[in-house]
Amino acid sequence: MATLESFRPRLRDRAALGGVVPPVSLLLVAGAAGLLVGSLRSEVFAQLTVQGLALGAVYGGLALALVLVYRATHVVNFAQGELAMATTYVAYQLIHWGLSYWEAFFATLAIAFVLGLVLEVALVRPVQHRSVIAAVIVTVGLFILIDGVVNWIWGGDFKYMQSPFGTKVYSVGGVSIARLYPGMLGVVVISVLLVWALFRFTKLGLGMRAAALRPAESALVGVRVDWMLAIGWGLAAVLGAVAGLMAEPSQFVLEPTLMQPILVYAFAAAVLGGLDSPAGAVVGGLAIGVSLNLVVQYVPSISSELQAPFAFAVLVAVLLLKPSGLFGHREVRRV
Amino acid sequence: MTALLELEDVEARYGPVHALHGISLAVEEGSIVAVLGPNGAGKTTTLRAVSGTVRRSGRIVFAGRQLDRLGPDAVARLGIAHVPEGRGTFAELTVWENLRLGGYTRRGSIQPELERVFSYFPWLADRRRQQAGTLSGGEQQMLALARAFVHRPRLLLLDEPSLGLAPVLVAELFRIVRELNEREGLTVLVVEQNAHLALQAAQSGYVLEAGRVALSGTSAELRADDSVRRSYLGY
Repeated sequence: MATLESFRPRLRDRAALGGVVPPVSLLLVAGAAGLLVGSLRSEVFAQLTVQGLALGAVYGGLALALVLVYRATHVVNFAQGELAMATTYVAYQLIHWGLSYWEAFFATLAIAFVLGLVLEVALVRPVQHRSVIAAVIVTVGLFILIDGVVNWIWGGDFKYMQSPFGTKVYSVGGVSIARLYPGMLGVVVISVLLVWALFRFTKLGLGMRAAALRPAESALVGVRVDWMLAIGWGLAAVLGAVAGLMAEPSQFVLEPTLMQPILVYAFAAAVLGGLDSPAGAVVGGLAIGVSLNLVVQYVPSISSELQAPFAFAVLVAVLLLKPSGLFGHREVRRV
Repeated sequence: MTALLELEDVEARYGPVHALHGISLAVEEGSIVAVLGPNGAGKTTTLRAVSGTVRRSGRIVFAGRQLDRLGPDAVARLGIAHVPEGRGTFAELTVWENLRLGGYTRRGSIQPELERVFSYFPWLADRRRQQAGTLSGGEQQMLALARAFVHRPRLLLLDEPSLGLAPVLVAELFRIVRELNEREGLTVLVVEQNAHLALQAAQSGYVLEAGRVALSGTSAELRADDSVRRSYLGY
């Protein structure tokens, strides 16, 4: 027993240092292979897979926003989905005022960044010094506030936006695929890669990572920790806006409840990936997206109404069986 | 010589507990100054009062600028590097990223600083991609020091550098600090349990007791003092 205990910290250390444990990569390769084989054998399966990946990218984008906020401030932002919904309304308004879709898209991302930053500075930071719970409750309040403001400005009725990807349908090896889905997937993946590159390769990104990991030591080397955390919220809001903007064409209408089911899927994705793992959030999102789509089609007892409960079941199962998720770290400290 | 750092009647507290009861000290530019004293005397807190990582009052002046209202990041940007007690490294990041953070306040390329630091710590160059948390305790302490050198500070605050290090490494570490002091005029305020080592490296020192300055003087004077000899030097 004693020897086992003395080995365990080492293994955990390796996981903590970013190494993906082999079983997880095996699982992912097996999953991808399964999807490929299925897609080659059945046209419906292939279509559902592509659609599921596109939706999953949206869930993954929002999940990544949750993870960024969680890593920066240890707060789970329940308002992340509503914030994404509100910024999608901003894009709708800008297009209504005459901007083209992509002009509105980028303007909305800029607005979302400022909005996320201001919310952190004005609402979250003042209460966070008291307790994390207080900050989480503020995000729940923010959920209700944003919902109310959007309903007040734009009303609860359906709005329609032109699809940014048109109605073109590709034919890949005999399988018809609407341009919408690779479009959604592409936009989310590019956004995620840009955020990743920012964190990985820039001085600002290094400062943000350091501030999230060790705020006290970061301040000692001159990092403006408060700013870094606020920028983290801003970037999360940008990713949320991308998710909202890409969710809208897949739902075909814009309404205030747009992101509510997606928030549940994003939570499931973030928990599945490990709440502190950015890569895990994206992989988790794709996995949730594809499995929801396939389960509804191929498991007779689960109809589309049961998608959200199914995602919730995944969330609970992960929390019970492997709380650190696929890629997450357990709290490890060398002493 | 003029004082680069001056503390005047500085108090500090952790919640209701007073750690410093009015400390006054001065660090001349280009010198090494040691802070000695028993556990709980306020040595670490003195450094923390300078770098702004503890709530403090009183006057702290660095190169003509008043520090006592600045936060730690602003103090760091003025050119003060604080190497905290224990491992102040970012264990999750690579060696290179740790060094890059050391140069966070510097604009433009830090390549010249890196090369300078690698000339003092050649083994770091080969390990730049390694995760800092996988280095040994001694290597992490060296990395923390190297990171502070990339900062190229005017004042280095060094807290218990010998803690948990093998004697060979401690000697090496102090040799490097002295070399930087002699060659580049680096000013150092060092807290050290090992009074023998500290007084060897430093030109002057302060002895703290219960949050107050009990004694101060040049290293030679302190070494000759009976109470210092009995309490800290052990002969």
